[in-house]
Amino acid sequence: MSPRKAPRPGLVLDVDASTPPVLFHHGENFRMEKLPVGRSRIIYPAEPLRGLIDPDQAIRDALENPIDSEPLRALMTADMKLTIAFDDISLPLPPMRKPDIRQRVIEAVLDIAAEVGVDDVHIIAALALHRRMTEDELRHAVGDRVYDAFAPSGRLYNHDAEDPDGMTHLGTTNHGEEVQISKRAVDSDLTVYVNINLVSMDGGHKSTATGLSGYTALRHHHNVDTMQKSKSFMDPPNSELHTKNWRQGDVIRNAGVKIFQIETTINNNTFGETGPLSMLQKREWEWTGRDRAKFLAMQGGLSYMTPSARRKVFHSWKAPYELTSVQAGEIEAVHKVTTENTFAQHLVPVEGQTDIMTMGLPYISPYNVNSVMNPILVAVLGLGYFFNLYRGKPLVREGGVLIMSHPTPWDFNPVHHPSYIDFFEQVLADTTDPHEIEKKYEKQYAEDEWYRHLYRTSYAYHGVHPFYMWYWCSHALQHLGQVIIVGGDPKAVRRLGFRPASTLQDALEMATDTVGPQPTITHYHNPPMLMADVK
Amino acid sequence: MISENLAGKRIAVTGSTGFLGTALIERLIRSVPDCELVLLVRPGRRGAQARVTRDVLKNDAFDGLRASLGKDEFNEMCARRVQAVAGDVGTDGLGLSGEDLELWLSADVIIHSAATVSFDSPLDTAVEVNLLGPQRIANLCNEHGVSPHLVAVSTCYVAGSRRGAAPEQLVDESPYFVEVDWRREVDAARRSRLDEETASRQPKRLEQFRSEAQRELGAVGTPALAAKTETIRQAWVTTQMVENGRARASSLGFPDAYAYTKALGELALVEARGEIPVSIVRPSIIESAWSEPTAGWIRGFRMAEPVIISYARGLLSEFPGVPEGVVDVIPVDMVVAAIVAVAARGPKDDGPDVTQVASGSANPLRYKNLVDYAEDWFTRNPIYDELGQPIAVAAWQFPGRGRVEKQLVRARTSLERADRALEKLPLRGRTADFAMQLQARKELLDQASGYVELYGAYAECEALYGLDNLLGLWGELSPEDQEAFGFDPRVIDWKHYVQNVHLPSVVRQARAKTTPGKKVGPSRSTRLRGQVLSPDRQLAVFDLENTIIASNVVTSFAWLATRNLAPRDRVIFAAKALSQGPGWLALDRKDRSDFLRSFYRNYRGAYTDQIEADAQELLSHYLLSKSFPAAIRRVREHRALGHRTLLITGALEFVVEPLRPLFDDIISAEMSSVNGRYTGGMSSVPPTAENRYQALADYAAANNIDLRESVAYADSSSDLPMLEAVGFPVAVNPETKLAAIARKRGWLVEDFRKQSGAPGRPLPIAPRTGARSEPMLSAMMNRGSGLAKEKTRR
Repeated sequence: MSPRKAPRPGLVLDVDASTPPVLFHHGENFRMEKLPVGRSRIIYPAEPLRGLIDPDQAIRDALENPIDSEPLRALMTADMKLTIAFDDISLPLPPMRKPDIRQRVIEAVLDIAAEVGVDDVHIIAALALHRRMTEDELRHAVGDRVYDAFAPSGRLYNHDAEDPDGMTHLGTTNHGEEVQISKRAVDSDLTVYVNINLVSMDGGHKSTATGLSGYTALRHHHNVDTMQKSKSFMDPPNSELHTKNWRQGDVIRNAGVKIFQIETTINNNTFGETGPLSMLQKREWEWTGRDRAKFLAMQGGLSYMTPSARRKVFHSWKAPYELTSVQAGEIEAVHKVTTENTFAQHLVPVEGQTDIMTMGLPYISPYNVNSVMNPILVAVLGLGYFFNLYRGKPLVREGGVLIMSHPTPWDFNPVHHPSYIDFFEQVLADTTDPHEIEKKYEKQYAEDEWYRHLYRTSYAYHGVHPFYMWYWCSHALQHLGQVIIVGGDPKAVRRLGFRPASTLQDALEMATDTVGPQPTITHYHNPPMLMADVK
Repeated sequence: MISENLAGKRIAVTGSTGFLGTALIERLIRSVPDCELVLLVRPGRRGAQARVTRDVLKNDAFDGLRASLGKDEFNEMCARRVQAVAGDVGTDGLGLSGEDLELWLSADVIIHSAATVSFDSPLDTAVEVNLLGPQRIANLCNEHGVSPHLVAVSTCYVAGSRRGAAPEQLVDESPYFVEVDWRREVDAARRSRLDEETASRQPKRLEQFRSEAQRELGAVGTPALAAKTETIRQAWVTTQMVENGRARASSLGFPDAYAYTKALGELALVEARGEIPVSIVRPSIIESAWSEPTAGWIRGFRMAEPVIISYARGLLSEFPGVPEGVVDVIPVDMVVAAIVAVAARGPKDDGPDVTQVASGSANPLRYKNLVDYAEDWFTRNPIYDELGQPIAVAAWQFPGRGRVEKQLVRARTSLERADRALEKLPLRGRTADFAMQLQARKELLDQASGYVELYGAYAECEALYGLDNLLGLWGELSPEDQEAFGFDPRVIDWKHYVQNVHLPSVVRQARAKTTPGKKVGPSRSTRLRGQVLSPDRQLAVFDLENTIIASNVVTSFAWLATRNLAPRDRVIFAAKALSQGPGWLALDRKDRSDFLRSFYRNYRGAYTDQIEADAQELLSHYLLSKSFPAAIRRVREHRALGHRTLLITGALEFVVEPLRPLFDDIISAEMSSVNGRYTGGMSSVPPTAENRYQALADYAAANNIDLRESVAYADSSSDLPMLEAVGFPVAVNPETKLAAIARKRGWLVEDFRKQSGAPGRPLPIAPRTGARSEPMLSAMMNRGSGLAKEKTRR
């Protein structure tokens, strides 16, 4: 580890005359914007926490000294059926440098299994209704050694929620929610779940109840009603999504499915403390001449590239994330510690709400790794993820305005997002009301044979996935008075039901229609990741 | 006097389904209450009576009468007073026999108004109808010894192209008449048809027609090409016959074949009349009604209307003519009234007598005034374009005919050059749109130059038609008759007629857009799409390449072949493929199934199991990223509607296998295999061009599907046999040829496009994996020269 100063916590800066222009992510590009003096503030994330000095040792320690559980070794017998499930490509963001945490953890688990002499081991990418991971992506997550040992013999594979013979129905919760997970996990004597906790909604019972599940079970919490009652879904005690997953987790446990949960947290060292992108996680007034030169050079270079070349450059970035904690054992006890560790990195105390929230959306979201960020993903990154990264109350007041900056091109990846294309062309062209969409279209898309075929055999998100994205936005849609996208393709922005603006100044002007003159503005400086703790 | 004279009479009429004929029938029924009518019509498929009901009595000319009598009484009266006989003035004896003949011969008056009025009818057609028609009627009467009063409708233009006075005299009494024997003219016309038919069958010509068909349709297979070639041949003969007519007419000083045949028709009639009293009525240019049955009533598109509408739409900014020249127009109701008056009076001095119905010498409409009235009116009541913007009309220049023609020819030549050049480029979708616009533009120009050619002579005609007989007849009428049968052209107020009567009627007839704003209601495409996606359809059949996926057999082969290659070999492969490309393209253009057969030999020696695995990856990594999402959505829409869906493609079975869940059935090229390796040979004829049609027809028959209730999607004119076989063809991103065909035939055209944002793969080269591959590579390397040899042999 390089010696460095103690990380500084997050910060709320009041904008005054001396504040330099502030960085807005803008897809595969950036904007530098001046915010109005005297009524604007900027929330900066904390600096990256220090990573564990010896991650592999920390992992071994966690497996040998689990929380509320016997050590992993004691849970294994030679003739057992062991399943290792791990978080998919959507975590972390952007993908981290090799070796991936999952590789470290899985290798540690397999070492123990080998010592005990366990033969029957399956490794499953717990991707629920996400797209299947490609060979390259699997290799990146679990490492070449594990891949070459397990994949050719068919013991390392992607979860298939639509395999008629691959899923087991475990019953219903006392609220009538069906529970269904991978048959292999149910039939195993032990399932080890390998998680990466990027944000506070990840992990816990959600890992198995969602990650190894399918449409039958997911529809009970991936719906508009649940999302509108989760305020926010990033804050477990106030998240209906969390509550329902926990209820389903109880059913899984009571059905006798034994799960050994390994959760990890990483710091927010997204762009590195040195290197070509390091200025992106510095505060603007601390940029050195060199940082400024690097930034100008990068912008100059990007302006000569085609959008797809820019996309390629950015998607090749691997984050130098470091492991900040690892804990293993019983799901709920483990997750409690994990959540505290996540919050330690992310929470930034903020005093009071604002009239207008501004944010710059980066090039990546959980669902477009190695892919294009389509308009629906733009919406969900802003209104689903960033908007919900709060504890207490939303950063923006009810009826306030959200201004997002992103080019929002009318672009889709037809391999990864076939049902998104149709959702955008067919469903959103009809209505943007989440309730109506849910009622009128969900079933048809969820049960479509062609989407099912592509989800199972190609690399497509499930037919119902774009609906979940839109539901993810429904809390924000209900709360906000107006959404404006700066610099977006006007046609695509209007299709989403939002208003396009060509500059931030125009957007602020337009926002006054809704919030009145001289509104307060808060800029949410993310990524690197932060979560607003609003008092 | 008029109605008394005709009361109780039986009046036989020819040409009753025409503009003048309909107005005449209406007036006789309404204003001569006691007469009986016998109408000679060509029976068509429905029979004479049905045709009269449908094409005459249901016309809006009768609306007023029907309303005043009540529908039932009107029908009852028509049944009582109007009888139809099936016949044709184009055949000797009028094609009448038995009861029909008897009825016909019992007439007291025969009004002959049948003619081919089109100014560009083929010479022999014009001769049969216009020249021989009147004398056939006279001959029939003479043969049976009856002598009804025969009123023959002719035209003022029998006077020929000349300046100054053209009095009401028989054709051969004119000092300008060139002596010709009408019998010789008839023989010559008939013979020239035979000559042209022979000429059209010369091998050189046939070759030319065939290559023209090929240029228009591309590689569609023999039957479709043959049908098209024959259509082109027939069209050529017709064009020649029109040209022959025009040439002969102008050599004798007539503006066109119509006037020429009408003039000789009068001669022949006078010669053949025997004891029959004959009256000749010559109208000038007949236009919409002055007041009866309603002001502005018109039937069909007449001579001036297309010109007027083209002008209002801004398509025609110049039309030849002399500003102070006279446009001799006469409202239809005046012509009708004059005919009825002549019929009631009987022939003067035992005839043949001539009555001209025109306006020029008594109340001239100057060309300049007409243009001013029209410009003024269209400026106040513009026509709107598709975007809802008013179209401004051009200021008229009064150019000479030569200048206009030259301009049109020049514009047309440059368009034709552009068109030729575009045809050679592999354009599709949006770019092909541009080519289509050129084509549309060319057609409009064709139309415009057609008008100039046809009507130019009329606009430049400076003859003044004498009206002594007409005005004399007018003077003899009682005030009551004058009230009921007005035909005095001197009462016409031209400004009122043009602006309040004629132009509104023409615009209404043309269904031109007269209100601002975008077109309301569904567009044509929406309507067609609604038909395509109706639950009544039974089958939707799709082509694959460029209809659902922007790829072809070559690229999918390249992908599969390179999937397992080492980087060095990829470079070799790419170089090899590039060098063979032109040969493949040429072969493909010539005959698709030969190309496929030849190309698929590249697969010889490939392992079937590996190809199967790779094909799945081909779908994910290549085909889907090249797919048209809207097309895939359309397939599923059809399925959701309960239509059967079928993919017919020349692509190989294993390439399309991953698409199987999208369709109910797939018909593709199949390759045989031995010992787990492909042989490179086809196990059946690949479904392309007419084989594709045959495959579709067989499939429909086997599954009891009605192709008329089916939809077909394809992108290229080589799919024409398949598209033509179904009731609802759809052209997807059509290349230029198909785009032109689709536009002409009113087919739905869909613009399905690749998804923007799809991962770009400029070369169809697979990402690397590590497994065996050499067989396919070597197959291709070795076969390269073989293919070239094959090409030279052809």
